[in-house]
Amino acid sequence: MAHPAQRRWYPVAFAVALLVLLPLSVLLLSWHEIDRQIWAHLWQTQLPRLMANTGVLVLGVGVGVTLLGVSLAWLTALCEFPGRRWLDWALMLPFAIPAYVLAFVFVGLLDFAGPLQTLLRDWFGSDLRLPRVRSTGGVIIVLVLVFYPYVYLLARNAFLAQGKGLMEAARVLGLTPWQAFWRVALPMARPAIGAGLALAIMETLADFGAVSVFNFDTFTTAIYKTWYSFYSLTSATQLASLLLLAVMLVLYGERRARGAVRPVNERPRGKALYHLRGGQALAASFWCGLVFACGFVIPVLQLLVWFWQRGRFDLDERYVALILHTLYLGGMAALITVSVALALAFARRLAPTRLMRTTVGVANLGYALPGSMLAVAIMLAFSWLDRELVIPLSSALGGAGKPLLLGSLSALLLAYLIRFMAVAYGPLENSLARIRPSLPEASRSLGVGGVGLFFRVYLPLLLPGALSAALLVFVDVLKEMPATLLMRPFGWDTLSVRVFEMTSEGEWARAALPALTLVLVGLLPVILLIRRSARRIG
Amino acid sequence: MQLSKSLFAAFTLSALAGAVQAADEVVVYSARIDELIKPVFDAYTEKTGVKVKFITDKEAPLLARLQAEGANTPADMLITVDAGNLWQAEQEGVLKALDSDVIEANIPAQYRSSTGSWTGLSLRARTIFYSTERVQPNELSTYEALADKNWEGRLCLRTSKKVYNQSLTATLIETHGAEKTEEIVKGWVANLATDVFPDDTALLQAIDAGQCDVGITNTYYYGRLVKQQPNLKVKPFWPNQADRGVHVNLAGAGVTKHAPNAEAAQKLLEWMTTEEAQGLFAALNQEFPANPAVPASPEVAAWGSFKADSIATEVAGKRQAEATMLMDRAGWK
Repeated sequence: MAHPAQRRWYPVAFAVALLVLLPLSVLLLSWHEIDRQIWAHLWQTQLPRLMANTGVLVLGVGVGVTLLGVSLAWLTALCEFPGRRWLDWALMLPFAIPAYVLAFVFVGLLDFAGPLQTLLRDWFGSDLRLPRVRSTGGVIIVLVLVFYPYVYLLARNAFLAQGKGLMEAARVLGLTPWQAFWRVALPMARPAIGAGLALAIMETLADFGAVSVFNFDTFTTAIYKTWYSFYSLTSATQLASLLLLAVMLVLYGERRARGAVRPVNERPRGKALYHLRGGQALAASFWCGLVFACGFVIPVLQLLVWFWQRGRFDLDERYVALILHTLYLGGMAALITVSVALALAFARRLAPTRLMRTTVGVANLGYALPGSMLAVAIMLAFSWLDRELVIPLSSALGGAGKPLLLGSLSALLLAYLIRFMAVAYGPLENSLARIRPSLPEASRSLGVGGVGLFFRVYLPLLLPGALSAALLVFVDVLKEMPATLLMRPFGWDTLSVRVFEMTSEGEWARAALPALTLVLVGLLPVILLIRRSARRIG
Repeated sequence: MQLSKSLFAAFTLSALAGAVQAADEVVVYSARIDELIKPVFDAYTEKTGVKVKFITDKEAPLLARLQAEGANTPADMLITVDAGNLWQAEQEGVLKALDSDVIEANIPAQYRSSTGSWTGLSLRARTIFYSTERVQPNELSTYEALADKNWEGRLCLRTSKKVYNQSLTATLIETHGAEKTEEIVKGWVANLATDVFPDDTALLQAIDAGQCDVGITNTYYYGRLVKQQPNLKVKPFWPNQADRGVHVNLAGAGVTKHAPNAEAAQKLLEWMTTEEAQGLFAALNQEFPANPAVPASPEVAAWGSFKADSIATEVAGKRQAEATMLMDRAGWK
């Protein structure tokens, strides 16, 4: 049974979970009728192959983002080597590039008709045949390069927060840096790494844009095929609800794997622990530089080339409005989502009952669904609210009896909240967990409680996590396409809407202008955030 | 508390702002993108003073939104870029009968719904393109013949997930029946030079670069590409001229069943079928006007004239699911 003081937290958590449950129940309700013909067809011709594809993709991306994210975070957070100061924040920049953009740059650059292979054929003759670009390996590389920052950011924060005491103790006890990493730092950072990995896997499962560019069929492909080609939104939502089940398993696994490790906050280090020299320093610089080049420099250069060839003719005053809309939506969504996620994280900490854990888990499910499916589910839920609640209410109050929700700005912001709650919640929960209960207890005994406790004790300690969360949501909203397309108010076109319009016509080169602008708009907060948290070490 | 109250007020206000709608404006859900539709609306606004508001998205989400909104929809008109989705919108009952003499006089019957609930506005020919370096035009004859052994390892196709290929296959089923169509499609798949492409432009570039010799794409992709690369080593071929003709799809529109401003929407749609608007609408994307009295733009006309398939375009919608399943069975990814 929950304590009365704990029960105070229930309404907040229930409200958020209800908001997320509304669209999710649209998915579950779809099972009232089953189209046997479609299911038999999918089972016979599609699903076995697609599920195998999806499994390989999740495995490949999971291993890839963990290797990249953890190794880069370790190097930039604890070591000193040439270029570390700027690579530290630069390695976060690939996050500003949407997955579908990196995919079409990668394929455009490297495929048979692209500039690289054309050049090689000019040199070595036209019989030259290279490995296929649009392959399983290709799509895994692209997704690893766009999703590793989730792991990098969270692991880096964890490594920075571990403080110098522990690692120095490990050193005094005779552990080599390598042993200290495996036996002390890594186990302690595991919850953070797990949270980042879970986000990356959820993104991979839900991705449609990047895999489409490779024509790599995943489970999500089947959802769209069923909807667009068989005209069966019902069967498509049934498939989506199965995907949701898979994601719940991933999340459950992440919670289990997190185990009993309790992250702690110590005094931040004054300076880097390991000064790499010679070959080691060179290898560290090379590895970080390579990832940065592949994930950011090369794609941005290609976008610049395309911009110069095609995009500059499209640049006009409309871009001011596009950028302003994009910034406004990203900023508002980040503010709202982080505030709500913070309330949820506190609710779970201060009322750690089984009911609360489940409720918070439900509130985080929105992230797992393919964007378009979730967008439609939210749209259906909101139009239901309009019909059943808003219109009768407005008529009764003497209003116009018109739908108010769908097509409004607030509906779009709520859609972002539902979709990106998990993105904000992960980092916040992690930072909150690092604050030992003894700290607020001590504050209370010194007479600091309530609002004062929050602003003077919690908030300063939570700020890095809250900023990470806000950054992730902001950039994700910038890149978000399906909900923005379907639910934006008239005239509220954003940069990602423009990218959609160009790519849907196969005009990759002209998509470079909005894509590049999107990257630039997303860059600034990334740099600010990372530099801010880096100050703790410098 | 104070903060949450003012947040709530802001929400309500912004929600209200979204719902305000003027009387002399038409609201459009458009699957045709901004730059291919806005100039047409702008021309109409300049001529009549009637404003046009629109959002763009893919057909399926727009249709889902129309259905969900039902009688409360703000939308007066739905524009799609293929006949299949118009047929589907008609099946779902979100369009109303146009019953317009103007439209019936301007647009031939095979480019309109048989029940009069939508009309085509521009034609999109999906034809064969070949490498001018490795293929003589006299080697080509029909879509069906691309399944012959002599094209093994030389054919490029776009993914079967694109509606244009589904429409093409749907008309093949209507003409030849499912069994023979599956044979043809299997022949195509067996002749593929490389994995299918995600878009038509990439396919044309692959023919140019020498990855394959022939392919099937819509003509306007070629029109755009050849504008940037005038020495493209690819040319269009008009197949099936001795029998049914070149496969055409269409971009078209219908007025929604619960249109708040149905009369104004119908006037706009009628205007879009007139000579005045047809030239502009088609030329924006180098398509062929659906109104036969309007000549194609000079750059489109330069590709030569051809006989188009006279099959009713709504077949694409009727047989789309069947066609997609057939393509799945044949291994067309």
